[in-house]
Amino acid sequence: MNPTDASGIIGFFTNDGFAGYADALAGIVFLIMLATTIIGGIIACNAERLVRAVAGLALCFIGVAAIYYYLNSPFVAMMQMLIYVGAVCVTIAFAIMLAAPENNKKQGPPGPLSGPLGLVTAGLVTIGMIGLAVNTKFQAMPTVNMGEVKLIGAGLLTSYSMVFELVSIVLLIAIIGSLVIARHGRSK
Amino acid sequence: MSLTILNVIIAVVIAIGFAALNAAYLVWAERRGAGRIQRRPGPNVNGPLGLLQPLADGIKLMTKQLVIPGGADKALFMVAPVLAMAPAIISFVTIPFSESIVAHSMNIGVLMIFAFASLSGFSILLAGWSSRNKYGMMASVRAVSQNISYEVPMLITVITIVMMTGTMDLKELVAAQSGGIWNWNLIPSLSSPLMPVAFLIFFICSLAETNRAPFDLGEAESELVAGFHTEYGSMGFGLFFMGEYANIVIGASLITILFLGGWGCPLGLFPGVWWFLLKIYMLIFSFIWIRWTFPRTTIYGLLNLSWKILIPISLFNLLLTAGLLKVF
Repeated sequence: MNPTDASGIIGFFTNDGFAGYADALAGIVFLIMLATTIIGGIIACNAERLVRAVAGLALCFIGVAAIYYYLNSPFVAMMQMLIYVGAVCVTIAFAIMLAAPENNKKQGPPGPLSGPLGLVTAGLVTIGMIGLAVNTKFQAMPTVNMGEVKLIGAGLLTSYSMVFELVSIVLLIAIIGSLVIARHGRSK
Repeated sequence: MSLTILNVIIAVVIAIGFAALNAAYLVWAERRGAGRIQRRPGPNVNGPLGLLQPLADGIKLMTKQLVIPGGADKALFMVAPVLAMAPAIISFVTIPFSESIVAHSMNIGVLMIFAFASLSGFSILLAGWSSRNKYGMMASVRAVSQNISYEVPMLITVITIVMMTGTMDLKELVAAQSGGIWNWNLIPSLSSPLMPVAFLIFFICSLAETNRAPFDLGEAESELVAGFHTEYGSMGFGLFFMGEYANIVIGASLITILFLGGWGCPLGLFPGVWWFLLKIYMLIFSFIWIRWTFPRTTIYGLLNLSWKILIPISLFNLLLTAGLLKVF
């Protein structure tokens, strides 16, 4: 679309002269993503029912995926959706339904950090994080490859093949471990 | 391509409209087709050929009271149907209907569709669990174990095709098959002689992924009342229904793009959106045909088919293609 012949409400959105509005809109979208992630995290931590906590976790993961997409790495965003929401959350929910644990949270004795000490700790961590964020000079990193899948694949199988293999060994250990736990107590 | 906000809004509105229209009229097509196959008329009263039936159904569903069962998890009960419909609509955004008709072309389009398709399993789980109904719960556990096990051979088949064409861009996948029926991925070539088998695997998996008969174990009426949406009435049920049909359209579009040359003509003449639509509606017709022809399988037969037959064959096809691609 040619920006010069746009007028009225169309011009509001497309005309280059109004680029500031687009930036503002992008900022709002980013804030929505942040809010989604944080709200999801809070639900995941505080929900009374386990399945609700998993739903909160899924919401949190979707927010994180949206932020990856916003940061121009669609491949990582889609992997986040496919693996964390589609596989991890579904598996957790599945396990909860099969095991059918108690619905309510266990009310154990409060830990040493619940109370004034916890407030102090949380405050210190918050102040420290804010200090770090304000004082760090963020450098703009050069755009490497626009998140192209081919280059990511080549990188994984050449320069980062060691890491890649190690991750697969971790997964193998997890599978064998879960099999050992599942076999335990079952007669033959 | 300059992606302005207005373009995005228009594209999303068109995607929602297309999904809703298809969902509404595929229900009509399904019921008419079922009627014909079972030697009865099907809905033929409202309007010519019963074409106004979906509108009447929609009004009926929307004006009904939304009943939430006592003891249900209200928030998740309301979220689940939306979660069934929304990913399907999002997937429409990246499907190219022709060379120029695509809302947002991505270089990882295949991946995006599978990423959002994986959400539908989650919505079924939430629906079954939140409605606090033992049939719903059992059905959702069944449906999800089915979805998980059929995603594996489906993705392996997709990997085979991505390996052959070297791209995950849906447009480039179609471009690689342009020029006529002999270029389609369906036709076996020197480097991949088992392509028709891969097509069959993908077709079966998309039937299973969309919870269609003979694989509709998640809503087996004879055993589980109505499956995971037993407790849903009014538009909650309507959204599940529309989500199912939107998913069928997406499945048919994926099969068309991956195996049947997308918007290309079998003879290489006049490529365009009409070929794409013709192909997806022929596939959807075959989905309907299969649903009313074959009896429902059992859950064990279903899972055995995936783990013992489809996954080994698709893995073998992957290895064979990988080896032959090196040779030829």
